[in-house]
Amino acid sequence: MDTQALELSLKLALLTCLCLLPLAIILGRILAWSEFAGKGFVEATIALPLVLPPTVLGYYLLVSMGMDSTLGSLYHSLTGRHLVFSFDGLLLASIIFNLPFAVQPMQRAFEAIPKNVREAAWCCGLSHWQTLWRIELPLAWPGLITALALTFAHTLGEFGVVLMVGGNIPGETSTLAIAIYDRVQAFDNDAAAYMSASLLLISFITIGTVYMLSGKRRFGHDR
Amino acid sequence: MTDKPGLSLSIRQQRPITLQASIECRAGELIALVGPSGSGKTSILRAVAGLATPEQGHIHCNGEAWLDCERRINTPAQQRHVGFVFQDYALFPHLSAQHNITTALGHLPRKQRAERAAQLLSLVHLEGLEQRLPDQLSGGQRQRVALARALAREPRVLLLDEPFSAVDQVTRRKLQQELVMLRRKIQIPILLVTHDLEEAAALADRIYVLHRGVTLQNGAPETVLNQPQSAQVARLMDLGNIFTATVEQHSEEANFTRINWLGQRLNGRYMPEFESGEQVEWVIPPSHIVMHRRDRPSRGERENPVSGIITELVSLGDSTTVSMQVESVTQKTLIFRVATHAARRNALAIGANVTVSLLTDGLHLMKAQITPEEHADS
Repeated sequence: MDTQALELSLKLALLTCLCLLPLAIILGRILAWSEFAGKGFVEATIALPLVLPPTVLGYYLLVSMGMDSTLGSLYHSLTGRHLVFSFDGLLLASIIFNLPFAVQPMQRAFEAIPKNVREAAWCCGLSHWQTLWRIELPLAWPGLITALALTFAHTLGEFGVVLMVGGNIPGETSTLAIAIYDRVQAFDNDAAAYMSASLLLISFITIGTVYMLSGKRRFGHDR
Repeated sequence: MTDKPGLSLSIRQQRPITLQASIECRAGELIALVGPSGSGKTSILRAVAGLATPEQGHIHCNGEAWLDCERRINTPAQQRHVGFVFQDYALFPHLSAQHNITTALGHLPRKQRAERAAQLLSLVHLEGLEQRLPDQLSGGQRQRVALARALAREPRVLLLDEPFSAVDQVTRRKLQQELVMLRRKIQIPILLVTHDLEEAAALADRIYVLHRGVTLQNGAPETVLNQPQSAQVARLMDLGNIFTATVEQHSEEANFTRINWLGQRLNGRYMPEFESGEQVEWVIPPSHIVMHRRDRPSRGERENPVSGIITELVSLGDSTTVSMQVESVTQKTLIFRVATHAARRNALAIGANVTVSLLTDGLHLMKAQITPEEHADS
């Protein structure tokens, strides 16, 4: 069992969830309740990772994060670190390829909140922040849980983009999915089977727990 | 700007719907906004609450400007202290009845909120249901929680958007009675949006009749119902009995104006503002049509007697609505109501002859505003 790869996978999945959560709330809320020119374009862009082959997405991320790119050189000048073949780049790629898994459930959850419930909150004197915290997020809880579950599980299992952007550097970019592939290539079937079973169990427990949680917190309008 | 206590608004907009309304509502007064769907009733409430911003105009409450487009003042909804009961109540589905109310008690210290919420729940007769979620309450109970939540804010204005439309008839009557009782305890302006004209007439001090965003008439319910300013108002108030006629003469001494209704002469309320020979529309509420006893003619027969044949009889409980085709004026039908027991005693039946008096003080003249098609119909 490659515990280093397991730790790296869990760390990547947790950090991706942490970074995507506020982003998904903001984007989901805007897309649910705002009408603006180019909204369809934004929605299509967010949904792209769902339909693009991981290698295509990985290729573009690799190109746009390289040292020759604006993003890559800017990041290097700011932090002294590279984006490609590093954990930082892997995290950024993970955030991008998980965007639809986090944003879309949040958008649907916010869309399900009746407009006049928010307006009632304003008439009760709640500020927009208080309305978000006390009314909207508790009502959007099932969407939030779904977004987290999908992001977490998808990050654990992602292979193509991780290999393209991060390569296979132990302790840096070699996640559990990569390590399994690596073990199979080395004819170490026992290790591959053990790690696959571990990944299966972790994914199942994660998804089972969050869905159980979300089931307990479903209220009124989506009962 | 006005310093008068109460609500004063004058707003105009073209979009999303045309709106051109001016309303003055004193503290303790209840004004009903009536009109067909799309007439702008709810838009006015939303503008007062700060949930929508009209293009032009002002809204003042107790002398404080909530909206003044010229001075670029637009107080946010959160700071207006408005109690708003939404049509479907808009309760927070994840919060108990008590917490729905405490959410609106942010102006009180945290320790006092639970006690105040209990007082408000008691005010709306919901003791013992504090911990219920909205979907564990009946329609009437939800409406009460919404009302208690609206009052929790210690509002300066109470806005009720069809608050009784989603409950059954029995609950509606009960809630209406409770609103009458509640009004005695709170001295703030109340705007009530309703489709139900009987509800408006029963609850409101004044009625504003709206059509396509414009106020057609405002006044006491009996004035609007008995003396509509135009046939359009009469139709919107579902008064029926609207016809065209020509003014023949005025008699100041006898206090009547005589009209010629396609050959039948009728005396109406003295309204010298109409000239002799002028074409007018006239209306008479069903309540001002008195049926003569068929077995024993009464002295009331002298007052605009009109005879005809009964074409329709609809009994609803104690009241029977009678449609009578007028003999002297073909193709015209008068509608009036009699007590069901009176209809039985007089053996009213379809095809029977009947005579009624159109009471002079109920016969009201209005400026003609009709199209040729409407004229043919009337």
